[in-house]
Amino acid sequence: MNIYIRPEYEVVRDENRCIACRVCERQCANEVHRFDPETGRMIAESDKCVNCHRCVCLCPTHALKIVKSDDTYKTNANWDNQTINEVYKQANSGGVLLSSMGNPKPYPVFWDKMLINASQVTNPPIDPLREPMETQLWLGRRSAAIERDEKGRLKNTLAPQLKLNVPILFSAMSYGSISYNAHESLARAAEELGTYYNTGEGGLHKDFYKYGKNTIVQVASGRFGVFEGYLESAAAIEIKMGQGAKPGIGGHLPGAKISADVSETRMIPQGVDAISPAPHHDIYSIEDLRQLVYSLKEATAYKKPVIVKIAAVHNIAAIASGIARSGADVIAIDGYRGGTGAAPTRIRDNVGIPIELALAEVDQRLRDEGIRDDVSILVGGSIRSSADVVKAIALGADACYIGTAALLALGCHLCRTCHAGRCNWGIATQRPDLVKRLNPDIGYKRLVNLVTAWNHEIQEMMGGMGINSIEALRGNRLMLRGLGLNEAELRILGIKYAGESM
Amino acid sequence: MRIDATNMHFADLNAAVRNDSEEEIVIENCIGQRYIAAGSSERHISVIGTPGNALGAYLNGTSVRVEGNVQEATGDTMNCGSIVVNGSAGDATGYAMRGGVILVRGDVGYRCGIHMKAYRENKPAIVIGGRAGSFLGEYQAGGTIVVLGDRRGGKPIIGNFCGTGMHGGEIYLRCEEIPPLLPAQVRAERVSELPEDVRSLIGAWCGAFGEGAAAYLNASYIRLVPNSANPYKQMYTDN
Ligand code: SF4
Ligand code: SF4
Repeated sequence: MNIYIRPEYEVVRDENRCIACRVCERQCANEVHRFDPETGRMIAESDKCVNCHRCVCLCPTHALKIVKSDDTYKTNANWDNQTINEVYKQANSGGVLLSSMGNPKPYPVFWDKMLINASQVTNPPIDPLREPMETQLWLGRRSAAIERDEKGRLKNTLAPQLKLNVPILFSAMSYGSISYNAHESLARAAEELGTYYNTGEGGLHKDFYKYGKNTIVQVASGRFGVFEGYLESAAAIEIKMGQGAKPGIGGHLPGAKISADVSETRMIPQGVDAISPAPHHDIYSIEDLRQLVYSLKEATAYKKPVIVKIAAVHNIAAIASGIARSGADVIAIDGYRGGTGAAPTRIRDNVGIPIELALAEVDQRLRDEGIRDDVSILVGGSIRSSADVVKAIALGADACYIGTAALLALGCHLCRTCHAGRCNWGIATQRPDLVKRLNPDIGYKRLVNLVTAWNHEIQEMMGGMGINSIEALRGNRLMLRGLGLNEAELRILGIKYAGESM
Repeated sequence: MRIDATNMHFADLNAAVRNDSEEEIVIENCIGQRYIAAGSSERHISVIGTPGNALGAYLNGTSVRVEGNVQEATGDTMNCGSIVVNGSAGDATGYAMRGGVILVRGDVGYRCGIHMKAYRENKPAIVIGGRAGSFLGEYQAGGTIVVLGDRRGGKPIIGNFCGTGMHGGEIYLRCEEIPPLLPAQVRAERVSELPEDVRSLIGAWCGAFGEGAAAYLNASYIRLVPNSANPYKQMYTDN
C-alpha cells in the first residue's frame, strides 16, 4: 500500500488570462499541463510539478503561478510536513532518499552574520570609477627557493601559476550532470572573463579542447575521461577528493544518462553506469595523495598547477595542512551547502560544515604553521553574491568557485530535481529537445554579465574600505565584524563583534 | 639511450627520459624512482632494477619492460601501451586502466585492476602469472583480468572480496573450483572453451616470459562476470 502524498506546490492558472495556447504543455517535460478538448481549457496535474517555473516564465499572458500548498498535516514543530512525507516515501519504496542542488535546510548562513568595513575621515575611500582597482590575481604556490645559475643570476623557481582577472571561477560540474550547452556557456564565459571553468569528473568534450587555457580538468576516483591529451589540454588539474554536497561518498551516473556523446567524453561504453567510488582506492594517506599529485605533475612536465579539492568536514584544518604538504599548488574547499546533480538527501543535509568556518580555520592553521604561501585557497559552496566573495577573501580565500549562482544565471530555478534528468531549463539534462532550450550564445553572455557585475561590486566594496588590490584584502579580517554570533563563532572566524574597535 | 639511475632523483630521471629524443631507452640500476614513463607515448623503455610507485601512470602508447619487481600503482589510468613485469607487482596495479595490457610474471598485491574500464577499441587486460591479492577487480567496469595461479604452493589463487562492485568486464582464474566467498555482485561459471581474445592474451604472457603455452591453454578456468540478477546499485527514492 502506498500512502498518497499531496504535492508541496500547486499550479494555479488564472482562467481569465489563459488563452489555451498550450505553451505550458509543450514546455513542461514533467507533463503537468494538458489541454482538455471537451472544455477547451488547460488542466494541470500538480502532483508531477517540481516547481521549476519554466511554464510561469514562458506563459505569454502570465496566467500561471506556483504556490505552496496550504494543505497541511496537523501542525507539529518536531514532525513537519517534509519530515513526515520523507518517512512515507521511504515506507512506500524502501529507497534511499535522493535529492539535488545544495542543502536547503535553515542552518545559519555565516556570510549574513558578517559585515564589511568602510573608511571614514582618516584612510579615505577610493572611487573605482576613477582610480585603478586591481582584481587580478594568481593562484599557485608562492613560496619559491632562491637559486642561482653558474653566472649568479636568479633562476626562475616559481611554481606554475594560474592568472585570473576576477576572483571568481566556475566550479566543477561534469558533462553528464549538466548539458553540452551549459558547458559551452561556461567555457566561453570563462574565456571572455579571463577566468576558468572546471570539467568536473566527466571528461572533456572534444569540442571544448579549444577552451583549454581557461579549463581546469578534474581527476576523480573513477578517472573518467582522464588521459594524456585531457591533462595536456588544461590550464590546471584538480584532484577531486570530496564534494561539499556529499562528503565521504562517491558518485553514480546511471547508465540511462550515458548518451553517446557523454560516453565518448567519459570514455566508457554507452549505457553502462559510471561509478565513482567514495575513496580513491590508492589514497589512504597524505603520502599517497602526494603520489597522485606528483604523478600528474610528472605526466604534464610540471607545467600545470595541481588543485586538491576537499569537502569541508570536521578536521578540515589538519587535512588542509596535510594537503599543503603534499605538493598541491591550490586547495579547493567545498562547503556543505555546495550543489550537486544528485546526492542522498541525508548526506547532503547532515554531513559537512559551513564553508565560512572551514575557510577561517584553514587559513589560520596554514598561517600558524608558516605554510600559507605554499598553497592558494579556493572556496565554494555556497557563494551567492559579490558580498560573499569579499567576505571570503577577507577571511583568507584567494578566490571563489561559483556553481549554483552560475546555473541560476543560465536559467536554473533551483527546483532541486536535477537527478531526474528532465531539467526544463536545458541545464541538468541530456535530452536533446530540452538541451536546445539553453542557447549558449545567450547563456555565456548572461554568465559574463553576472561576473562582471559582481566584479564591479567587489571593486566598489574594496574602494569603500580604501583597498585598491584584491591581494591586499586577502586575509584582512579586520575588515569584517560579526553580528549575531556567539563567542565560539567569533573565535573560529577570527573576527570582532560589530561595534568593537581594534 | 642508456641511463644509469644510480642516486638519481625521480624528477631528474624522468626529465632525462622525457627530454631524450631516442625511441629506445634503457634505465639501469633503477632503485625506487617513481612515475617512470608517466603519460609517455611511442617509446620503448626497459627498466632494470626496481622502479618506484606509479610506473607508467597515464601511459599513452609506450611499451615498458621491467626486469625486476614493481611497486604500487603500476599503470594507473593507463590509456594504451604495455607494461611487462618480469617479477611481481605491488598494490593497485592497473587502477582505472582503460586500454593496453599489463603482463606480470609473478604475483600482484591488493586491488589489482580495480575500476578498470573498456571503451570502444580500447580493451584493457591484465595477465597475472601467480596469485592476486584481495579486492581483485573491485568496481571493474570493463576489460579482462586473467590470473594463471602459477607456483602458488597450495595457497588460494585470489584473496578476499574479488570483484566487489563489479559492473562490467570479466575475470578468468586458472583453477578447478569456484573460489569461496565471492561477493553477491559476481557470477562465477566454469569455462568450457576459452574465447579467442583470452587465448591470445595468455599466449602473449607465455611469449613475454618464455613459457610454453600448452599448460596454460589446456587448463580449466573459472570465469567471473557481474551478476545481472544482483547488480551493484543503490535503491533510490526521489525526494
Ligand atoms: S514542473 Fe515546471 S514547467 Fe512543469 S508545471 Fe511545474 S513549474 Fe511549470
Ligand atoms: S539545474 Fe534544472 S533541474 Fe537542476 S535545480 Fe536548476 S532548474 Fe532544476
